[in-house]
Amino acid sequence: MSEAYQPARILNQGSTQEKAEGARLSNFVGAIALSDLISTTLGPKGMDKILQSPSNLLDSTITNDGATILGSIQISNPAAKILIEISKVQDDEIGDGTTSVVVLAGELLKEAEKLIHKRIHPQTIIKGFRLAKNIAIKKLREIAQDHSENEEDLKKYLKKIAMTIFSTKILTPYKSIFADLAVESILRLKGSTNLESIQILKKTGGLLKESYIEEGFVLDKKLGVGQPKRIENAKILVANTSMDYDKIKIFGSRVVVNSSSKLAEIEEEEKKKMLRKCQKIVDHGINVFINRQLIYNLPEQFFTDHGVVSIEHADFAGIERLSLVTGGEIVSTFDHPELVTLGTAKVIEEIMIGEDKLIRFSGCKEPSACTIVLRGSSKQILDEAERSLHDGLAVLSQMVKNPKTVLGAGCTEIIMAQAIEEAAKETSGKIQIAMESFARALTRIPIIIASNAGYDAEQLVSELKTSHYKGNTTFGVDVMEGKVCDVQKLGIIESFLVKQGMLLKASEATEMILRVDHIMSSAPRRRGMN
Amino acid sequence: MLRFDSSGKPFIIIRDQDQKERLTGSEARKANILAAMTVANLMKTSIGPLGMDKILVDQDGEVTATNDGATILKNMQVENPIAKLLVELSQGQDDEIGDGTTSVVVLAGALLEESLSLLEKGIHPSKISEGYEKACDIAVKHLLTICDKIEFDKENYESLVLSAKTSLGSKIVNQYTDKIAKISVEAVLAVADLERKDVRFDLIKLEGKTGGTLGDTELIDGIIIPKNFSHPQMPKQIKNAKIAILTCPFEPPKPKTGHKLDIDSVKKYKELLEIEQNYFKEMTDLVKKSGATLVLCQWGFDDEANHLLLQKKLPAVRWVSGTDIELIAIATGARIVPRFSELTEKKLGKAGMVIEKSIGTTDEKMIVIEKCSNTKTVTILVKGGNKMVVEEGKRSIHDALCVTRNLIKDNRIVYGGGAAEISCSVALNKASKEITGIEQYSIRAFSQALLSVPIALASNSGLNSLEAVSEIQLQQLEDKKPFLGIDCLSKGTSNMKEQNVFDTLRGKIQEFLLATQMAKMILKIDDIIRPTGQY
Repeated sequence: MSEAYQPARILNQGSTQEKAEGARLSNFVGAIALSDLISTTLGPKGMDKILQSPSNLLDSTITNDGATILGSIQISNPAAKILIEISKVQDDEIGDGTTSVVVLAGELLKEAEKLIHKRIHPQTIIKGFRLAKNIAIKKLREIAQDHSENEEDLKKYLKKIAMTIFSTKILTPYKSIFADLAVESILRLKGSTNLESIQILKKTGGLLKESYIEEGFVLDKKLGVGQPKRIENAKILVANTSMDYDKIKIFGSRVVVNSSSKLAEIEEEEKKKMLRKCQKIVDHGINVFINRQLIYNLPEQFFTDHGVVSIEHADFAGIERLSLVTGGEIVSTFDHPELVTLGTAKVIEEIMIGEDKLIRFSGCKEPSACTIVLRGSSKQILDEAERSLHDGLAVLSQMVKNPKTVLGAGCTEIIMAQAIEEAAKETSGKIQIAMESFARALTRIPIIIASNAGYDAEQLVSELKTSHYKGNTTFGVDVMEGKVCDVQKLGIIESFLVKQGMLLKASEATEMILRVDHIMSSAPRRRGMN
Repeated sequence: MLRFDSSGKPFIIIRDQDQKERLTGSEARKANILAAMTVANLMKTSIGPLGMDKILVDQDGEVTATNDGATILKNMQVENPIAKLLVELSQGQDDEIGDGTTSVVVLAGALLEESLSLLEKGIHPSKISEGYEKACDIAVKHLLTICDKIEFDKENYESLVLSAKTSLGSKIVNQYTDKIAKISVEAVLAVADLERKDVRFDLIKLEGKTGGTLGDTELIDGIIIPKNFSHPQMPKQIKNAKIAILTCPFEPPKPKTGHKLDIDSVKKYKELLEIEQNYFKEMTDLVKKSGATLVLCQWGFDDEANHLLLQKKLPAVRWVSGTDIELIAIATGARIVPRFSELTEKKLGKAGMVIEKSIGTTDEKMIVIEKCSNTKTVTILVKGGNKMVVEEGKRSIHDALCVTRNLIKDNRIVYGGGAAEISCSVALNKASKEITGIEQYSIRAFSQALLSVPIALASNSGLNSLEAVSEIQLQQLEDKKPFLGIDCLSKGTSNMKEQNVFDTLRGKIQEFLLATQMAKMILKIDDIIRPTGQY
């Protein structure tokens, strides 16, 4: 009797479900907590975070890159997971704006929460947000400046963008140096977005500002023993073949002998086989041989004797880059020298960076390749510098394709917010309230940036708003001085793509979270079950 | 459970009965109905263009956000046997029709809910079942009288797009319905055989990719495989490709017998070496001889073989998945070849263009095979701001594809927005008056249950649900217009013909039949036995 009138349990044991208000609350709380967590890293005066890996406490990372922070925190809240996901996608697609996308989504959700308390249906909020987003994007497209015509101009703008990006990172003090580095290496790519051919080499020691671009390609390997340290007019064979011991790949074969003399014979034969291979390689008419795999002493000796410099164990990425840079193909069989394209380089030499010996290939066939050598006093600094540089390079490479810029320093956000507010006035119904909320969420971004810098943010941003109303639409917040000023003059510009990606992704994620009214979680898989 | 044998000794029929829990008779029925209603109530909020989504977290913490009934139920990990039946029900609708997976569950739940009061009146469950059966018959017949036909052909497919839009309206993609509905319909039409009214679904590939927004979703005339060429120096673009599809690796053969090959002399060593070298040469030579200009292989390549392929100017792709291989084989007219020796020119497939493309800043590459010679194959590349959106987008597009296919098979439609349900309900009410006996009650209950879908629709849209539904009922009765429904989006008219909201007739009928069947099945159960305690 009792069983029949109890609420029916339909889910598995250990599963939980949250319904309607509860589900919404847990979504909001999770997402907002996450965005609050990283909102302190936003802007030029944002703070960094230390991330400790759970397995090795000594292994810590110091960063203010949104995607890196979010990528390494363990989260069980589903809504927070969605935010992490958008940050990751923003990183993959554009490379920068990974923090702001999450912060904007968080602010949107905060506004939405208030609206839900006012008893506005989530679907109505979504409708209003969508409308607002479309207006914002339209406005963004209007105000974006295109710099594709003039190459000199483009270069100038690229540098400004790079400086804006780096000013929020560890590279701030030397942002001019790094902006030059980034722009130069990107322009070498000539419009390709393949960041593979820009190699970033980290070497501890020295100062960040001593970082530089090395012409050509630097491989973090050593030359073979007793071989010349400098080769001119190198003809390079890039290979992926085993040069340690070359076993026969036929399945199930093994050596069984009944006397030591036979063993010696077979060993001799194996040796001969290897030397034959070496001879074939030398017959390509090369003077440099680079292998992805190990080269044992015997073949190395052979190469040295025949005046061929050998480099062993260049890892896979290294090999692919080398073949790209020198124009040689990766070779695994050596029977047809006439069919093989060899790589070339004017000079290959061993150089010293700090304490380490490296090999530099200069005067290569593919001039787009270059290596940025980063110097810094600790591993953490170098890692963070690399991440920052990568962000910059990624944005710049996309910029070359789509050279549109917008003003930074909160200026664009205010313009978009005001456009939405304008449009909201003409929209009747509850949607209007939602649109106003969207505008408010956008203005929160300059507020957070300013408050991270320690200023009276609300005051600053309201001053900024007033100046926009007065028609000074190029004004923004100068975080260094703590006042409202003309951003155009300061030269703080950002990529249009970053802003657009931020808006689209944040609103898509918000919509997704708002639509949910029920969360069902399965019981976590028990350890040791399988 | 005790029974007595002829000599009067008790014996136990069910083993370990102290460890089993048992519910019988009306208690069992009530427990079952309650469980079914719980599931149905859960799904109710997902109905309609303003329905909400659910977040499902699986055992490994992966998040799925969805609005698709079948997906929600499948991932819910239910334990209750009756709830499991409902999961099956939704699955059944998904397999058959692909749409209406939520409504079918809601309808089944409502039928059971109505039967509860009938049971309390003391009507026998089998009588209720009979009544439902009859009511379902009447409803289906009524659907046939109120259905409309839509006309379309390969060029004029506006009407198909409209119905795809109805299906997409309730999903997260609804911001871009125009575009995505058009893509879905074009995809189906590209592979459809209108004469035979057949659509080969396996020729449409759905590929997801994060980045951009759902609005960037595109239809690609060809096949995309998320792979790249096996050697970085192979050409990135092949025109008029002749494709060899291999399911054997470019490696020395691995016989399945567990043998050992002993090398005990230099001579043998040399021989073996030669054999090995020849293997690779022979493989690549055979491929080259067949005239192929592109090799797709299901397995991996040995380094040496890979280089030989490059030298022979044979671009190749390794580790292509089995389903992709089949799709490409169908599209290009190639034969899947399991052994190198069987490769001939006849077995090669042809494609106008094969290109490797890179996407975004990360080094992800995809190979696009375009202008396939044999059959049309299309790929819908779904884009979205995050993984969950892309997944949900794929599910939504799948639904839209199903709807379009169903319309090609059978171009009859009924009007949506609850119009068809209300119309049937009205008809049933009328019919019940002409039937005497207990069945009358069940038919009336059925008619009441049918209203559950429009009621859920209306309440999800923020309308006063009972009022809205009864108003439409009245209007339908007075005006004799079966196309009046709930105006979910406040467009100012309840005329679904004008709003262009419609469902397929097939889907609706299937929905009624399946829900009735399920309700009958659950009503028939009068005993639940399950183990308690540890298991």
